[in-house]
Amino acid sequence: MEFVSPEGLRLDGRRPTEMRQIRAELGAVAKADGSAVFEMGNTKVVAAVYGPREVQNRSQQLSDQALVRCEYSMANFSTGDRMRKPKGDRRSTEISLVIRQTMEACIMTHLMPRSQIDIFVQVLQADGGTRSACINAATLALADAGIPMHDLVTSCSAGYLNSTPLLDLNYVEDSARGPDVTVGILPKLDKVTLLQRISCRLCMTDTTGEYKGIRISTRWINYNEG
Amino acid sequence: MRGTQLPLNQTQKVRLQRALQQLESLSSKINSNASVTVADSIPVNYEDGVLKGHGTSELNGEIIATVCGIVERVNKLVYVRALRARYKPEVGDIIVGRVVEVAPKRWRIEINYSQDAVLMLSSMNLPDGIQRRRTAIDELNMRSIFEESDVICAEVRGFQHDGLHLQARSQKYGKLKRGQLLTVPPYLVKRRKQHFHYLEQYGIDVILGCNGFIWVGEHVEATDDMVEEQVSKSEQQTMNSDGILTDMEEQEQVSTPLEIRRYVCRAANAVRVLSTLGFIVTIEVIVEIVNLSSSMNLDIHEMLGSEFCVLVTEKEVERRTLTKKKG
Repeated sequence: MEFVSPEGLRLDGRRPTEMRQIRAELGAVAKADGSAVFEMGNTKVVAAVYGPREVQNRSQQLSDQALVRCEYSMANFSTGDRMRKPKGDRRSTEISLVIRQTMEACIMTHLMPRSQIDIFVQVLQADGGTRSACINAATLALADAGIPMHDLVTSCSAGYLNSTPLLDLNYVEDSARGPDVTVGILPKLDKVTLLQRISCRLCMTDTTGEYKGIRISTRWINYNEG
Repeated sequence: MRGTQLPLNQTQKVRLQRALQQLESLSSKINSNASVTVADSIPVNYEDGVLKGHGTSELNGEIIATVCGIVERVNKLVYVRALRARYKPEVGDIIVGRVVEVAPKRWRIEINYSQDAVLMLSSMNLPDGIQRRRTAIDELNMRSIFEESDVICAEVRGFQHDGLHLQARSQKYGKLKRGQLLTVPPYLVKRRKQHFHYLEQYGIDVILGCNGFIWVGEHVEATDDMVEEQVSKSEQQTMNSDGILTDMEEQEQVSTPLEIRRYVCRAANAVRVLSTLGFIVTIEVIVEIVNLSSSMNLDIHEMLGSEFCVLVTEKEVERRTLTKKKG
Protein backbone atom coordinates (compact mmCIF):
# COMPACT_ATOMS: atom_id res chain seq x y z
CA MET A 1 0.00 0.00 0.00
CA GLU A 2 1.16 3.47 -0.79
CA PHE A 3 1.27 5.73 2.25
CA VAL A 4 3.05 8.62 0.64
CA SER A 5 1.87 9.75 -2.77
CA PRO A 6 4.38 10.73 -5.46
CA GLU A 7 3.56 14.36 -4.70
CA GLY A 8 4.83 13.76 -1.18
CA LEU A 9 1.46 13.82 0.55
CA ARG A 10 0.12 11.29 3.02
CA LEU A 11 -3.28 9.61 3.02
CA ASP A 12 -4.88 12.42 5.02
CA GLY A 13 -3.18 15.10 2.94
CA ARG A 14 -0.36 15.93 5.35
CA ARG A 15 3.30 16.31 4.50
CA PRO A 16 5.53 13.59 6.01
CA THR A 17 6.81 15.81 8.83
CA GLU A 18 3.54 17.57 9.49
CA MET A 19 1.57 17.03 12.68
CA ARG A 20 -2.15 16.76 12.94
CA GLN A 21 -4.08 19.67 14.38
CA ILE A 22 -3.97 19.74 18.16
CA ARG A 23 -6.53 21.19 20.52
CA ALA A 24 -6.55 21.22 24.29
CA GLU A 25 -9.18 22.17 26.80
CA LEU A 26 -8.75 22.44 30.56
CA GLY A 27 -11.37 21.82 33.20
CA ALA A 28 -13.49 19.22 31.47
CA VAL A 29 -14.29 17.20 34.59
CA ALA A 30 -15.97 19.30 37.25
CA LYS A 31 -15.29 17.17 40.31
CA ALA A 32 -11.64 16.41 39.57
CA ASP A 33 -8.78 18.50 40.98
CA GLY A 34 -7.48 18.94 37.46
CA SER A 35 -8.62 17.73 34.08
CA ALA A 36 -7.98 18.19 30.39
CA VAL A 37 -9.23 17.07 26.99
CA PHE A 38 -6.55 16.70 24.37
CA GLU A 39 -7.11 16.14 20.66
CA MET A 40 -4.59 15.25 17.98
CA GLY A 41 -6.55 15.16 14.78
CA ASN A 42 -9.26 12.59 15.33
CA THR A 43 -7.64 11.15 18.44
CA LYS A 44 -9.40 12.49 21.50
CA VAL A 45 -8.41 11.78 25.08
CA VAL A 46 -9.73 12.98 28.43
CA ALA A 47 -7.56 12.99 31.54
CA ALA A 48 -8.58 13.64 35.14
CA VAL A 49 -6.30 14.09 38.14
CA TYR A 50 -7.37 13.55 41.72
CA GLY A 51 -5.07 14.54 44.48
CA PRO A 52 -2.72 14.89 46.18
CA ARG A 53 -5.02 13.14 48.61
CA GLU A 54 -4.86 10.67 51.48
CA VAL A 55 -3.44 7.28 50.46
CA GLN A 56 -6.25 4.78 50.13
CA ASN A 57 -4.19 1.72 50.87
CA ARG A 58 -2.11 2.50 53.95
CA SER A 59 0.49 -0.17 53.16
CA GLN A 60 1.40 1.68 49.95
CA GLN A 61 1.99 4.96 51.74
CA LEU A 62 5.44 6.43 51.21
CA SER A 63 6.79 8.58 54.00
CA ASP A 64 9.09 10.67 51.81
CA GLN A 65 7.19 11.09 48.55
CA ALA A 66 3.82 10.94 46.90
CA LEU A 67 2.41 7.81 45.35
CA VAL A 68 1.45 8.24 41.71
CA ARG A 69 -1.14 5.95 40.18
CA CYS A 70 -2.48 5.87 36.68
CA GLU A 71 -5.35 4.14 34.99
CA TYR A 72 -5.71 4.04 31.23
CA SER A 73 -8.86 2.85 29.54
CA MET A 74 -10.41 2.97 26.12
CA ALA A 75 -14.07 3.83 25.77
CA ASN A 76 -16.05 1.10 23.99
CA PHE A 77 -17.10 3.56 21.33
CA SER A 78 -13.59 4.84 20.69
CA THR A 79 -12.68 2.45 17.91
CA GLY A 80 -14.34 1.65 14.60
CA ASP A 81 -15.67 -1.72 15.67
CA ARG A 82 -17.40 -1.56 18.98
CA MET A 83 -15.67 -4.07 21.18
CA ARG A 84 -16.22 -4.90 24.79
CA LYS A 85 -12.70 -5.21 26.04
CA PRO A 86 -11.99 -6.59 29.46
CA LYS A 87 -10.73 -3.95 31.86
CA GLY A 88 -7.07 -4.35 32.63
CA ASP A 89 -6.01 -6.20 29.51
CA ARG A 90 -2.38 -6.42 28.63
CA ARG A 91 -2.22 -3.36 26.42
CA SER A 92 -3.96 -0.99 28.80
CA THR A 93 -1.91 -2.21 31.76
CA GLU A 94 1.23 -1.51 29.79
CA ILE A 95 0.11 1.97 28.75
CA SER A 96 -0.96 2.75 32.33
CA LEU A 97 2.52 1.83 33.46
CA VAL A 98 4.15 3.93 30.74
CA ILE A 99 2.07 6.99 31.61
CA ARG A 100 2.69 6.50 35.31
CA GLN A 101 6.44 6.29 34.89
CA THR A 102 6.54 9.28 32.56
CA MET A 103 4.48 11.45 34.88
CA GLU A 104 6.26 10.29 38.02
CA ALA A 105 9.52 11.48 36.50
CA CYS A 106 8.30 15.03 36.13
CA ILE A 107 6.12 15.44 39.23
CA MET A 108 8.02 16.74 42.25
CA THR A 109 6.78 13.90 44.41
CA HIS A 110 9.03 14.72 47.36
CA LEU A 111 6.98 17.85 48.06
CA MET A 112 3.85 15.85 48.84
CA PRO A 113 4.87 13.05 51.20
CA ARG A 114 2.30 10.55 52.46
CA SER A 115 -0.20 11.35 49.77
CA GLN A 116 -1.39 9.89 46.51
CA ILE A 117 -2.05 11.31 43.06
CA ASP A 118 -4.45 9.47 40.78
CA ILE A 119 -4.41 10.02 37.04
CA PHE A 120 -7.28 8.64 35.00
CA VAL A 121 -6.96 8.72 31.25
CA GLN A 122 -9.66 7.60 28.86
CA VAL A 123 -9.53 7.44 25.09
CA LEU A 124 -12.71 8.82 23.58
CA GLN A 125 -11.70 8.52 19.93
CA ALA A 126 -8.79 6.38 18.81
CA ASP A 127 -7.06 7.32 15.59
CA GLY A 128 -3.46 6.41 16.22
CA GLY A 129 -1.03 8.01 18.65
CA THR A 130 -3.23 7.42 21.68
CA ARG A 131 -0.17 6.89 23.83
CA SER A 132 1.29 10.30 23.13
CA ALA A 133 -2.12 11.99 23.31
CA CYS A 134 -2.64 10.39 26.73
CA ILE A 135 0.67 11.69 28.02
CA ASN A 136 -0.04 15.20 26.74
CA ALA A 137 -3.49 15.16 28.32
CA ALA A 138 -2.14 13.85 31.63
CA THR A 139 0.49 16.62 31.74
CA LEU A 140 -2.11 19.30 31.18
CA ALA A 141 -4.40 17.80 33.80
CA LEU A 142 -1.56 17.73 36.34
CA ALA A 143 -0.69 21.35 35.58
CA ASP A 144 -4.36 22.25 35.99
CA ALA A 145 -4.43 20.52 39.38
CA GLY A 146 -1.63 22.80 40.56
CA ILE A 147 0.76 19.93 41.19
CA PRO A 148 4.40 21.07 41.14
CA MET A 149 6.34 19.62 38.22
CA HIS A 150 9.86 19.93 36.88
CA ASP A 151 8.62 20.45 33.34
CA LEU A 152 5.69 19.79 31.04
CA VAL A 153 6.12 16.53 29.14
CA THR A 154 5.28 16.68 25.46
CA SER A 155 4.93 13.57 23.42
CA CYS A 156 4.51 12.57 19.81
CA SER A 157 4.93 9.47 17.69
CA ALA A 158 6.88 8.96 14.50
CA GLY A 159 7.09 6.10 12.05
CA TYR A 160 8.71 4.96 8.90
CA LEU A 161 6.76 3.83 5.85
CA ASN A 162 7.50 3.77 2.11
CA SER A 163 11.10 4.81 2.74
CA THR A 164 9.86 8.03 4.31
CA PRO A 165 9.96 9.06 7.97
CA LEU A 166 6.47 10.15 9.03
CA LEU A 167 5.54 12.29 12.02
CA ASP A 168 2.43 11.68 14.13
CA LEU A 169 0.97 8.49 12.64
CA ASN A 170 -2.77 8.07 12.32
CA TYR A 171 -4.60 4.77 12.65
CA VAL A 172 -4.12 3.62 9.05
CA GLU A 173 -0.40 4.37 9.13
CA ASP A 174 -0.07 2.87 12.59
CA SER A 175 -1.62 -0.41 11.55
CA ALA A 176 0.62 -0.68 8.47
CA ARG A 177 3.08 -2.42 10.78
CA GLY A 178 6.07 -0.30 9.99
CA PRO A 179 8.55 0.67 12.71
CA ASP A 180 7.32 3.40 14.99
CA VAL A 181 8.47 5.19 18.07
CA THR A 182 6.77 7.25 20.75
CA VAL A 183 8.87 9.96 22.30
CA GLY A 184 8.25 12.09 25.35
CA ILE A 185 10.50 15.06 25.99
CA LEU A 186 10.94 17.66 28.68
CA PRO A 187 11.63 20.75 26.56
CA LYS A 188 13.06 22.97 29.29
CA LEU A 189 15.31 20.37 30.86
CA ASP A 190 16.19 19.14 27.37
CA LYS A 191 15.71 15.51 28.28
CA VAL A 192 13.85 12.50 26.94
CA THR A 193 11.66 10.79 29.49
CA LEU A 194 10.02 8.28 27.19
CA LEU A 195 11.27 6.44 24.17
CA GLN A 196 9.28 3.43 23.24
CA ARG A 197 8.65 0.61 20.82
CA ILE A 198 11.27 0.86 18.15
CA SER A 199 9.75 -2.16 16.51
CA CYS A 200 11.82 -2.29 13.35
CA ARG A 201 10.29 -4.99 11.23
CA LEU A 202 13.07 -6.16 8.97
CA CYS A 203 10.88 -6.61 5.94
CA MET A 204 11.85 -3.45 4.19
CA THR A 205 12.88 -3.74 0.61
CA ASP A 206 15.75 -1.32 0.46
CA THR A 207 18.45 -1.30 3.06
CA THR A 208 19.10 2.40 2.83
CA GLY A 209 15.54 3.02 3.88
CA GLU A 210 15.93 0.88 6.94
CA TYR A 211 19.07 2.70 7.83
CA LYS A 212 17.19 5.97 7.64
CA GLY A 213 14.45 4.55 9.82
CA ILE A 214 16.89 3.67 12.51
CA ARG A 215 18.53 7.01 12.13
CA ILE A 216 15.40 8.93 13.04
CA SER A 217 15.10 6.95 16.23
CA THR A 218 18.74 7.28 17.10
CA ARG A 219 18.53 10.99 16.55
CA TRP A 220 16.06 11.16 19.41
CA ILE A 221 18.37 9.16 21.63
CA ASN A 222 21.20 11.52 20.84
CA TYR A 223 18.88 14.33 21.71
CA ASN A 224 18.57 12.83 25.16
CA GLU A 225 22.26 12.62 25.70
CA GLY A 226 23.14 15.93 24.15
CA MET B 1 -15.30 31.70 35.30
CA ARG B 2 -13.64 28.47 34.36
CA GLY B 3 -15.24 26.09 31.93
CA THR B 4 -18.70 27.32 32.86
CA GLN B 5 -21.34 26.08 30.52
CA LEU B 6 -24.55 27.92 31.07
CA PRO B 7 -27.33 27.56 28.55
CA LEU B 8 -27.52 31.21 27.57
CA ASN B 9 -29.68 32.87 24.95
CA GLN B 10 -28.29 35.58 22.71
CA THR B 11 -29.03 38.61 24.89
CA GLN B 12 -27.80 36.87 28.01
CA LYS B 13 -24.60 35.94 26.23
CA VAL B 14 -23.98 39.54 25.19
CA ARG B 15 -24.74 40.85 28.69
CA LEU B 16 -22.49 38.28 30.32
CA GLN B 17 -19.65 39.04 27.97
CA ARG B 18 -19.93 42.75 28.54
CA ALA B 19 -20.00 42.27 32.31
CA LEU B 20 -16.96 40.01 32.21
CA GLN B 21 -15.09 42.51 30.06
CA GLN B 22 -15.87 45.26 32.54
CA LEU B 23 -14.66 43.04 35.37
CA GLU B 24 -11.45 42.43 33.51
CA SER B 25 -10.86 46.12 32.95
CA LEU B 26 -11.57 46.80 36.63
CA SER B 27 -9.10 44.25 37.92
CA SER B 28 -5.69 45.57 38.82
CA LYS B 29 -3.12 45.45 36.07
CA ILE B 30 -0.10 45.24 38.36
CA ASN B 31 0.35 41.52 38.09
CA SER B 32 -0.89 41.01 34.57
CA ASN B 33 2.57 40.25 33.17
CA ALA B 34 3.61 38.06 36.09
CA SER B 35 1.71 34.93 35.17
CA VAL B 36 3.84 31.86 34.47
CA THR B 37 3.30 28.28 33.45
CA VAL B 38 5.28 25.22 34.45
CA ALA B 39 8.99 25.52 33.52
CA ASP B 40 8.83 29.21 32.62
CA SER B 41 11.88 31.08 33.84
CA ILE B 42 11.24 33.89 36.29
CA PRO B 43 13.35 37.01 35.74
CA VAL B 44 15.04 38.06 38.99
CA ASN B 45 17.69 40.48 39.98
CA TYR B 46 20.51 38.30 41.29
CA GLU B 47 22.53 41.16 42.72
CA ASP B 48 20.08 41.64 45.54
CA GLY B 49 20.11 37.97 46.43
CA VAL B 50 17.08 35.79 45.92
CA LEU B 51 15.14 33.45 48.19
CA LYS B 52 13.26 30.74 46.35
CA GLY B 53 9.77 30.19 47.70
CA HIS B 54 6.97 27.78 46.92
CA GLY B 55 6.41 26.85 43.31
CA THR B 56 9.95 27.58 42.19
CA SER B 57 13.07 25.56 41.54
CA GLU B 58 16.53 26.22 40.22
CA LEU B 59 17.87 25.04 36.90
CA ASN B 60 21.24 26.06 35.49
CA GLY B 61 21.37 29.09 37.74
CA GLU B 62 17.96 30.20 36.58
CA ILE B 63 14.79 30.24 38.63
CA ILE B 64 11.91 28.38 36.99
CA ALA B 65 8.29 27.96 37.99
CA THR B 66 6.99 24.51 38.90
CA VAL B 67 3.30 25.39 38.92
CA CYS B 68 1.06 27.57 36.78
CA GLY B 69 0.29 30.77 38.60
CA ILE B 70 1.21 34.32 39.47
CA VAL B 71 4.70 35.37 40.50
CA GLU B 72 4.71 37.14 43.84
CA ARG B 73 7.69 38.99 45.23
CA VAL B 74 8.17 39.95 48.86
CA ASN B 75 11.55 41.66 49.35
CA LYS B 76 14.03 38.91 48.44
CA LEU B 77 11.51 36.12 48.41
CA VAL B 78 10.16 35.02 45.05
CA TYR B 79 7.31 32.53 44.96
CA VAL B 80 4.55 31.42 42.62
CA ARG B 81 0.95 31.43 43.79
CA ALA B 82 -0.79 28.53 42.04
CA LEU B 83 -3.98 29.33 40.17
CA ARG B 84 -5.82 26.24 41.29
CA ALA B 85 -4.59 23.89 43.95
CA ARG B 86 -5.78 21.99 46.94
CA TYR B 87 -6.19 23.77 50.25
CA LYS B 88 -2.98 24.58 52.08
CA PRO B 89 -3.60 24.82 55.82
CA GLU B 90 -2.29 27.62 58.00
CA VAL B 91 -2.31 27.62 61.78
CA GLY B 92 -5.50 29.18 63.08
CA ASP B 93 -7.60 28.58 59.99
CA ILE B 94 -11.22 27.73 60.61
CA ILE B 95 -12.21 24.75 58.54
CA VAL B 96 -15.21 22.56 57.92
CA GLY B 97 -14.54 18.88 57.34
CA ARG B 98 -16.04 15.45 57.26
CA VAL B 99 -15.13 12.64 59.63
CA VAL B 100 -13.83 9.67 57.66
CA GLU B 101 -12.55 7.42 60.42
CA VAL B 102 -12.78 6.97 64.16
CA ALA B 103 -9.35 5.78 65.30
CA PRO B 104 -7.88 5.27 68.78
CA LYS B 105 -8.10 8.60 70.65
CA ARG B 106 -8.56 10.52 67.42
CA TRP B 107 -10.82 11.23 64.48
CA ARG B 108 -9.55 11.45 60.94
CA ILE B 109 -11.12 14.28 59.02
CA GLU B 110 -11.24 14.96 55.30
CA ILE B 111 -10.50 18.63 54.71
CA ASN B 112 -9.52 18.81 51.02
CA TYR B 113 -5.82 18.72 51.90
CA SER B 114 -3.26 16.23 50.61
CA GLN B 115 -3.63 14.25 53.83
CA ASP B 116 -6.47 13.69 56.23
CA ALA B 117 -6.36 15.89 59.31
CA VAL B 118 -6.33 14.51 62.84
CA LEU B 119 -8.56 15.70 65.64
CA MET B 120 -7.39 14.24 68.94
CA LEU B 121 -9.92 13.43 71.61
CA SER B 122 -7.76 15.42 74.03
CA SER B 123 -7.83 18.55 71.88
CA MET B 124 -11.56 19.06 71.98
CA ASN B 125 -14.03 20.04 74.63
CA LEU B 126 -16.24 17.27 75.88
CA PRO B 127 -19.98 17.80 75.64
CA ASP B 128 -20.33 18.08 79.40
CA GLY B 129 -17.91 21.01 79.33
CA ILE B 130 -15.71 19.76 82.15
CA GLN B 131 -11.93 19.98 81.83
CA ARG B 132 -10.42 16.64 82.82
CA ARG B 133 -8.20 13.80 81.69
CA ARG B 134 -9.71 11.68 78.98
CA THR B 135 -10.41 8.23 80.31
CA ALA B 136 -10.87 4.92 78.54
CA ILE B 137 -14.61 5.39 78.89
CA ASP B 138 -14.37 8.63 76.94
CA GLU B 139 -12.47 6.79 74.27
CA LEU B 140 -15.19 4.18 74.02
CA ASN B 141 -17.83 6.88 73.77
CA MET B 142 -16.08 8.71 70.93
CA ARG B 143 -18.78 7.72 68.46
CA SER B 144 -21.37 9.49 70.58
CA ILE B 145 -19.50 12.74 69.87
CA PHE B 146 -18.65 12.34 66.18
CA GLU B 147 -19.40 9.44 63.91
CA GLU B 148 -18.12 8.65 60.45
CA SER B 149 -19.52 11.01 57.79
CA ASP B 150 -20.44 13.68 60.34
CA VAL B 151 -19.67 17.22 59.25
CA ILE B 152 -17.70 19.14 61.83
CA CYS B 153 -16.07 22.49 62.24
CA ALA B 154 -12.65 22.97 63.84
CA GLU B 155 -9.51 25.09 63.89
CA VAL B 156 -6.08 24.19 62.53
CA ARG B 157 -3.72 23.62 65.43
CA GLY B 158 -0.52 22.88 63.55
CA PHE B 159 1.69 20.22 62.08
CA GLN B 160 2.87 17.38 64.25
CA HIS B 161 5.03 14.47 63.23
CA ASP B 162 2.00 12.43 62.17
CA GLY B 163 0.29 15.04 60.10
CA LEU B 164 -2.00 18.01 60.46
CA HIS B 165 -3.70 18.43 63.83
CA LEU B 166 -6.96 20.20 64.51
CA GLN B 167 -8.54 21.44 67.69
CA ALA B 168 -12.07 22.22 68.74
CA ARG B 169 -11.67 23.93 72.08
CA SER B 170 -14.75 26.10 72.09
CA GLN B 171 -18.46 25.59 71.95
CA LYS B 172 -18.68 27.21 68.53
CA TYR B 173 -16.75 24.29 67.06
CA GLY B 174 -18.15 20.81 66.81
CA LYS B 175 -20.73 18.82 64.93
CA LEU B 176 -22.82 20.64 62.35
CA LYS B 177 -26.41 19.58 61.95
CA ARG B 178 -29.47 20.54 59.96
CA GLY B 179 -27.95 22.28 57.01
CA GLN B 180 -26.06 21.88 53.79
CA LEU B 181 -22.36 21.39 53.10
CA LEU B 182 -21.11 23.03 49.91
CA THR B 183 -17.71 22.60 48.37
CA VAL B 184 -16.18 25.47 46.44
CA PRO B 185 -12.60 25.90 45.19
CA PRO B 186 -10.55 26.96 48.24
CA TYR B 187 -9.19 30.08 46.56
CA LEU B 188 -12.68 31.57 46.58
CA VAL B 189 -12.66 31.83 50.38
CA LYS B 190 -10.37 34.52 51.72
CA ARG B 191 -9.02 34.49 55.26
CA ARG B 192 -10.81 37.08 57.36
CA LYS B 193 -11.33 37.92 61.00
CA GLN B 194 -14.73 36.30 61.09
CA HIS B 195 -15.70 33.00 59.51
CA PHE B 196 -18.78 32.22 61.59
CA HIS B 197 -21.75 34.27 60.55
CA TYR B 198 -25.22 34.39 62.02
CA LEU B 199 -27.73 35.95 59.66
CA GLU B 200 -30.39 37.07 62.10
CA GLN B 201 -32.86 38.15 59.46
CA TYR B 202 -33.04 34.58 58.13
CA GLY B 203 -32.20 32.61 61.27
CA ILE B 204 -29.36 30.76 59.59
CA ASP B 205 -25.68 30.17 60.25
CA VAL B 206 -23.06 30.37 57.55
CA ILE B 207 -19.56 29.03 58.18
CA LEU B 208 -17.02 29.86 55.50
CA GLY B 209 -14.34 27.23 55.96
CA CYS B 210 -10.91 28.28 54.71
CA ASN B 211 -10.61 24.91 52.97
CA GLY B 212 -13.47 25.73 50.62
CA PHE B 213 -16.09 23.78 52.54
CA ILE B 214 -19.00 26.04 53.33
CA TRP B 215 -21.69 25.19 55.83
CA VAL B 216 -25.15 26.71 55.61
CA GLY B 217 -27.51 25.60 58.34
CA GLU B 218 -30.13 26.48 60.88
CA HIS B 219 -28.89 28.77 63.61
CA VAL B 220 -27.88 27.10 66.86
CA GLU B 221 -27.17 28.98 70.06
CA ALA B 222 -23.86 27.47 71.04
CA THR B 223 -23.50 28.94 74.51
CA ASP B 224 -27.16 28.78 75.43
CA ASP B 225 -27.18 25.07 74.68
CA MET B 226 -24.51 24.57 77.28
CA VAL B 227 -26.39 26.48 79.94
CA GLU B 228 -29.62 24.66 79.22
CA GLU B 229 -27.85 21.37 79.36
CA GLN B 230 -26.42 22.14 82.73
CA VAL B 231 -29.74 23.41 83.99
CA SER B 232 -31.57 20.37 82.79
CA LYS B 233 -28.90 18.20 84.33
CA SER B 234 -29.28 19.77 87.71
CA GLU B 235 -33.04 19.39 87.43
CA GLN B 236 -32.96 15.77 86.41
CA GLN B 237 -30.62 14.15 88.85
CA THR B 238 -31.81 10.73 87.73
CA MET B 239 -30.30 11.00 84.29
CA ASN B 240 -28.42 7.89 83.24
CA SER B 241 -24.91 7.74 81.87
CA ASP B 242 -25.89 8.15 78.22
CA GLY B 243 -27.85 11.27 78.98
CA ILE B 244 -26.00 13.11 76.26
CA LEU B 245 -27.32 10.71 73.71
CA THR B 246 -30.93 11.16 74.73
CA ASP B 247 -30.40 14.89 74.69
CA MET B 248 -29.25 14.64 71.10
CA GLU B 249 -32.21 12.52 70.16
CA GLU B 250 -34.52 15.10 71.66
CA GLN B 251 -32.84 17.75 69.58
CA GLU B 252 -33.23 15.70 66.44
CA GLN B 253 -36.95 15.52 66.97
CA VAL B 254 -37.33 19.27 66.83
CA SER B 255 -37.76 19.90 63.15
CA THR B 256 -36.52 22.96 61.32
CA PRO B 257 -39.32 25.33 60.30
CA LEU B 258 -40.06 25.47 56.58
CA GLU B 259 -39.20 29.17 56.39
CA ILE B 260 -35.68 28.58 57.71
CA ARG B 261 -35.22 25.61 55.39
CA ARG B 262 -36.05 27.88 52.46
CA TYR B 263 -33.49 30.43 53.58
CA VAL B 264 -30.89 27.71 54.00
CA CYS B 265 -31.52 26.61 50.42
CA ARG B 266 -31.44 30.18 49.15
CA ALA B 267 -28.12 30.89 50.82
CA ALA B 268 -26.75 27.56 49.59
CA ASN B 269 -27.79 28.37 46.04
CA ALA B 270 -26.20 31.80 46.36
CA VAL B 271 -22.90 30.08 47.18
CA ARG B 272 -23.38 27.70 44.24
CA VAL B 273 -23.94 30.60 41.84
CA LEU B 274 -20.84 32.39 43.14
CA SER B 275 -18.76 29.27 42.77
CA THR B 276 -19.87 28.59 39.20
CA LEU B 277 -19.13 32.19 38.28
CA GLY B 278 -15.81 32.08 40.14
CA PHE B 279 -16.40 35.09 42.40
CA ILE B 280 -14.97 35.42 45.88
CA VAL B 281 -17.44 34.08 48.45
CA THR B 282 -17.99 36.55 51.28
CA ILE B 283 -20.90 36.88 53.65
CA GLU B 284 -21.85 40.32 52.29
CA VAL B 285 -22.19 38.97 48.77
CA ILE B 286 -24.21 35.96 49.92
CA VAL B 287 -26.64 38.23 51.78
CA GLU B 288 -26.90 40.49 48.77
CA ILE B 289 -27.69 37.60 46.43
CA VAL B 290 -30.26 36.13 48.82
CA ASN B 291 -31.94 39.54 49.07
CA LEU B 292 -31.83 39.98 45.31
CA SER B 293 -33.46 36.63 44.73
CA SER B 294 -36.21 37.17 47.28
CA SER B 295 -36.89 40.72 46.10
CA MET B 296 -37.34 39.36 42.58
CA ASN B 297 -39.72 36.70 43.90
CA LEU B 298 -37.64 33.98 42.35
CA ASP B 299 -38.17 30.38 43.33
CA ILE B 300 -35.22 28.73 44.99
CA HIS B 301 -34.46 26.53 42.00
CA GLU B 302 -34.59 29.51 39.63
CA MET B 303 -31.51 30.90 41.35
CA LEU B 304 -29.39 28.37 39.48
CA GLY B 305 -30.77 29.43 36.10
CA SER B 306 -28.67 31.33 33.59
CA GLU B 307 -30.68 34.54 33.86
CA PHE B 308 -29.90 34.87 37.56
CA CYS B 309 -26.23 34.10 36.96
CA VAL B 310 -26.03 36.96 34.46
CA LEU B 311 -27.75 39.26 36.97
CA VAL B 312 -25.28 38.29 39.70
CA THR B 313 -22.39 39.04 37.35
CA GLU B 314 -23.81 42.48 36.62
CA LYS B 315 -24.23 43.12 40.34
CA GLU B 316 -20.62 42.12 40.89
CA VAL B 317 -19.55 44.70 38.28
CA GLU B 318 -21.54 47.37 40.09
CA ARG B 319 -20.04 46.46 43.42
CA ARG B 320 -16.48 46.45 42.15
CA THR B 321 -16.95 49.81 40.41
CA LEU B 322 -18.21 51.25 43.70
CA THR B 323 -15.30 49.91 45.74
CA LYS B 324 -12.90 51.15 43.10
CA LYS B 325 -14.36 54.64 43.26
CA LYS B 326 -14.11 54.63 47.03
CA GLY B 327 -10.54 53.41 46.99
